[in-house]
Amino acid sequence: MLQEVNAETAGISTASQRKAKTGNQKRKTGDRVFTIILHILLSIGALIMVSPFIWMVLTSLKDTSQAFSDPPTWIPNPFVWSNYPDSFNALPFNLAYFNSIYIAVIVVACQLLTCSMAGYAFARINFPGRNLVFVLFLATMMIPFQLTIIPIFITMRNLGWLDSHLALIVPPALFSAFGVFLMRQFVMGIPPELEEAAIVDGANRWTIYLRVILPLLRAPLSALGIFSFLGQWNSFFIPLIMLNTSEKFTVPLMLSQFRGQYATEWTMVMAGAVIAVLPVLIVYIIAQRHIIQGIAMTGLKS
Amino acid sequence: MEYQVSSLGGAQKRSSKNNERRRMLSDAFWGYFFILPQIVGLIVFALYPLVSVFVYSVNNWDGLGPMSFVGLQNYVDQFNSPDLHTALINTLYYTVLTVPGGLIISLLVALGLNNVRGKTVYRVIYFMPVVTSSVAIAVMWGWLLNTDFGLINVMLKHWFHITGPGWLTDSHYVIPAIAMLSIWGGLGFNMIIFLAGLQGIPVGYAEAARIDGANRFQLFWRITLPMLTPTIFFTTVLSVITSFQVFDQTFVLTGGGPGKDSYTIVYHIYHLGFETSQFGSASSAAVILFFILLALTLGQLWFQRRWVTYDV
Repeated sequence: MLQEVNAETAGISTASQRKAKTGNQKRKTGDRVFTIILHILLSIGALIMVSPFIWMVLTSLKDTSQAFSDPPTWIPNPFVWSNYPDSFNALPFNLAYFNSIYIAVIVVACQLLTCSMAGYAFARINFPGRNLVFVLFLATMMIPFQLTIIPIFITMRNLGWLDSHLALIVPPALFSAFGVFLMRQFVMGIPPELEEAAIVDGANRWTIYLRVILPLLRAPLSALGIFSFLGQWNSFFIPLIMLNTSEKFTVPLMLSQFRGQYATEWTMVMAGAVIAVLPVLIVYIIAQRHIIQGIAMTGLKS
Repeated sequence: MEYQVSSLGGAQKRSSKNNERRRMLSDAFWGYFFILPQIVGLIVFALYPLVSVFVYSVNNWDGLGPMSFVGLQNYVDQFNSPDLHTALINTLYYTVLTVPGGLIISLLVALGLNNVRGKTVYRVIYFMPVVTSSVAIAVMWGWLLNTDFGLINVMLKHWFHITGPGWLTDSHYVIPAIAMLSIWGGLGFNMIIFLAGLQGIPVGYAEAARIDGANRFQLFWRITLPMLTPTIFFTTVLSVITSFQVFDQTFVLTGGGPGKDSYTIVYHIYHLGFETSQFGSASSAAVILFFILLALTLGQLWFQRRWVTYDV
């Protein structure tokens, strides 16, 4: 009797085990099919994402008859390299590169310094009016730049800075509400004990900022740096209204002018676009992890 | 003796009070010292322009001569301006196409990428347009969308025997075409934010649901999606704001055309202020844009409690 029961329960348990096993297997093959379909879909998506870049490069290596042939020529035959020297000769892209790089570097360096300084003060120092001023900074984050750009343009004109790089450098170098906010959030996260030892040793605030705070802000500073470098590098509206002389143009502005001048010469326009895009993409692919994490970090904090 | 002691106590009290004062003074000095550059920036490049733009908006001004006060006339003119109406309708149409389309696609991509092998490679590729300048993207797509020789129409013709439209020259297609390239360009950014949101969902919930026998779709609708609503809210607000500010693509690709079919609000501000030097009207248009964005953002903040889950 007892044995029977035992056998019965044993039978039940093995049956249920078997059932679970086949269920697991089913789930496993289901998972595999699902993963394969997922990879196919993601690859199609990836192809859609890269094909405009690839088509740009391919077109830049064709001559006009290949570019406009019907049916289309996929791979250039022969490879035509002359579009590149031609576009460099047509407009001073090398100057544009120099301008874009040095403007972005100065802006980023100034922003990192001034934003981390202000962030430290807002997070750690009790000074009169601190909360009011901080609220003002927060409030300006909600303002679209189109609202203030007209008076800023007039200010730049009154200062005589129109058609000069100062108009592109000084405003973002001195003011970034977002950067201040970001830095404050990160300074708040630093344990105060780390500063206390320095305070007991009689260090002043500047020394503490320089020796204790700044080294601990390396990650958020590089995130802000990447974020604002990209912003500066790709900025179009502000250079468009501030600059007139092509020698002073930044890369996007030069590309826009180039496209306007050679509207129908697509092979040359594509060569210009490659010149404008490729160096950034190379840097991006080398440093992709830092760049993506930096953007995610700054994006989430806002 | 007693006197001495008490006087000593007083001196101590006074000196600690002095210390306190000195500390406060020093804090005030250092506080202002550290915020000085940014506070100058705040005043010169944010607060002063903010006041000025409202002043300009109630004046007629060509930027050079004297201003003449016209009250709310600029606003009245703007509200009656066919150009602003066109710009508003175009921008709204563009936003309606770009925001839901872009968010759904980037959410799907993020869901696909979450926990898949080879995530890094996919992520690098999908994110590529985010680091590319908007002008370069516009130039690239200008060629792809070319009516006679663009890759898209050539493929439509040879593979599907369809005659593609004039994407950038046909008034019915120009906004959808620009929306398409904006979705392509912005997908990577939203995807990264969604991925971060997905990483933030505790694994325990999904495991518990799976043990209870939930399938993938139930898991998505009942667990993932509700837990992701704060991220979806954030990306929605951000996407609405950025698509209302669309300018670079239309400026480079179509110049607002054909006719005024891709003329947007920011293009309108640019045209009034920087092409025709009507700084008063341009300012009032900028103020109108600001209030539209404010209303949209506040509206979304108001509605979020209906659908955003914060309690976990």
